[in-house]
Amino acid sequence: MRYTLLMHYPEMTAEELGPEALAEGMAAFDAYAKALDASGVLVSAEVMQPVAHTTTVSLAGGTLVVQDGPFADTKEQIGGTVVIDVPDLDAAVAWAQQAPPARYGTVEVRPTATRFADGAWTAFEHA
Amino acid sequence: MTPTDEARAAATRAARASYGRLVAILAAPTRDLAGAEDALADAFERALRTWPEAGVPDNPEGWLLTVARNRVRDVLRSAAHRTAAPLEEALTAADVLDVDVDAIGDKRLELLFACAHPRVDPLVRTPLMLQVVLGFDAREIGRAFAVPSTTMAQRLVRAKRRIAGAGIPFTVPTRADMPERLPAVLEAIYGAYAIDFLGATPLVDEARYLAVTTAALLGDEPEAWGLAALLTLSSARAGARSATDDYVPLDEQDPSTWDAALVAEGEALLRRAAASGRPGRFQLEAAIQSVHCDRARTGVTDWAALRTVYAGLVDLVPTLGARTALAVATGRADGAAAGLAVLDGIDDPAVGRFQPAWAARAELSRDPVALAKAISLTTDPRVRRWLESRAARWA
Repeated sequence: MRYTLLMHYPEMTAEELGPEALAEGMAAFDAYAKALDASGVLVSAEVMQPVAHTTTVSLAGGTLVVQDGPFADTKEQIGGTVVIDVPDLDAAVAWAQQAPPARYGTVEVRPTATRFADGAWTAFEHA
Repeated sequence: MTPTDEARAAATRAARASYGRLVAILAAPTRDLAGAEDALADAFERALRTWPEAGVPDNPEGWLLTVARNRVRDVLRSAAHRTAAPLEEALTAADVLDVDVDAIGDKRLELLFACAHPRVDPLVRTPLMLQVVLGFDAREIGRAFAVPSTTMAQRLVRAKRRIAGAGIPFTVPTRADMPERLPAVLEAIYGAYAIDFLGATPLVDEARYLAVTTAALLGDEPEAWGLAALLTLSSARAGARSATDDYVPLDEQDPSTWDAALVAEGEALLRRAAASGRPGRFQLEAAIQSVHCDRARTGVTDWAALRTVYAGLVDLVPTLGARTALAVATGRADGAAAGLAVLDGIDDPAVGRFQPAWAARAELSRDPVALAKAISLTTDPRVRRWLESRAARWA
C-alpha cells in the first residue's frame, strides 16, 4: 500500500537556521532517504520551498484569483512529502517515526486512495 | 588508539570532569544553570588568554572557580543595581561567595538529580546532563540525537529556565526517596547510550563515564553499579559492531573483536553490584551481557543461563523487549515450540507492530509471512538485508 508522509514543522529560513544547522538537517534527510531507498520502499521524496514562495490559484468564487501566499496561514507548514510503498500501516508508522521532522514537528501518515498509473486511475484502496 | 589519541582523550575527559564539577558548585546555590555556564565560559576564555603567558596556575580548577564566581557576583551586582533586588537575594548572592573553595566536595550528584527531577521533561533529561555535566554544546548534542542544533538549544534553554523558575532543588534525595528518584537518573544516563535513530550517533563512552561516575559518587547503589557494568560490557563489543558493514547478531559476533580489558572491568563492576544482594533491571541486563561475553572463554552461548536471567528480568520489568528476548532464549534453550509458546503468551496489543517480536516469530517458526512482516517493520537497511538472507539460510 502507498502512503504519503506529510511532514509538518515550523518553517525556518536558511539564515535563521545558520549554515551548520542547515547542513545537519540535510544530513538527517539524506540518511533517511537513503535508508528508504536501500530498503526498496521509496516512491518519491520532495522538500518544498518556504510558503513565502507559494502561489494560490482559485476559480471557486466565479472569477480567477491568483494570490501570493498560502491558502491557510498556520504556524507549522508542510515542508516536505515522502511517498512510500509498504505492506501496511504498521510499516508506514515505523518509517514515519524515523523521519527527521518527527523529532521537531509532526508527520502525518496518509494512505493513498487511488493514483494515476499507466494511463488510468487505479482501483480505490479501502483502508 | 595511538598514544596521542589517548592523551587527547584523557585531556578531554579531565576537562569534562572539571566542567561538570564547577557548574555543579556554581549553580547549586542559585539553581541558575545558564548563569553558571556563562560565568564558567567567561573563566575558560580568560584562562585561554592569560595562561599561555602567565603559566598554568597550581590549582587550575580553583582558579577557574574563583574567576567564575567573581563573574557571578558581577552579574548579581549589576542586576541588584538595576532592579534594587530585595535583601534576601543579596544574602543568597553572598552565600555563593563565602563557600570555602577547597572544602567543596563533588556536587555533580546534586546536578544529576536536578537534571532528572520528576518535574523536568523526560525527553530533555539526557541532553541536559550531557550539557551541564559534561559540557557538550547544543550542536554536538543535536548531532547525537539527529535533531537540529537550534531545536536542541531551545529545548535546553527552556529546561534550564524551568529548573530555575520552578525552584527545582539541587539535592541528593534521602535514602527513603532514593528508590523513587534514582531510576530517572539512571534512565537518563542510559538514554545517551540507547539513542536509536537513523543518522544518530549514540554517546556510548559518555554514557559509560556518567554511569561509572554516578555509581562511584553514590557508593552503595547496586543499580548504579549495574548500569555501569551494562554500559561497560556493551562498550567492550563496540569493535565488533564497527568491524563490518553488515549486521551481525550478538551470538554470531567474533569474540576476538571484543575488548578483553573492558569485559574484565564490566565483570568487576557487575560483581560489585551483585554483592549487595539487591538485584534490579540494570544488573540483570548487565548479567545478560556477561553471559554473552563469556562465549569468548567457553566458545558457546549458554542459552539456558540467558533464559533464566531473562525470566528474572520479565518478572521485574515485563517490557515487550524483555518478553520477546525471553521467547528467543527459551527457543534456543528448549526448542522452537517452547519459544513460540512464550511469544504467544505476550498479551500486549503493541506486539503486533513490534519488529523484534516478528523477527523472533520468523526465527522460531520459519514462517515466511512472519519474516515478511518483520522485514516490513525494519528501518535499518543492514538489519533488513540480514533478515532477507534468512529464508535462504533456512532452506
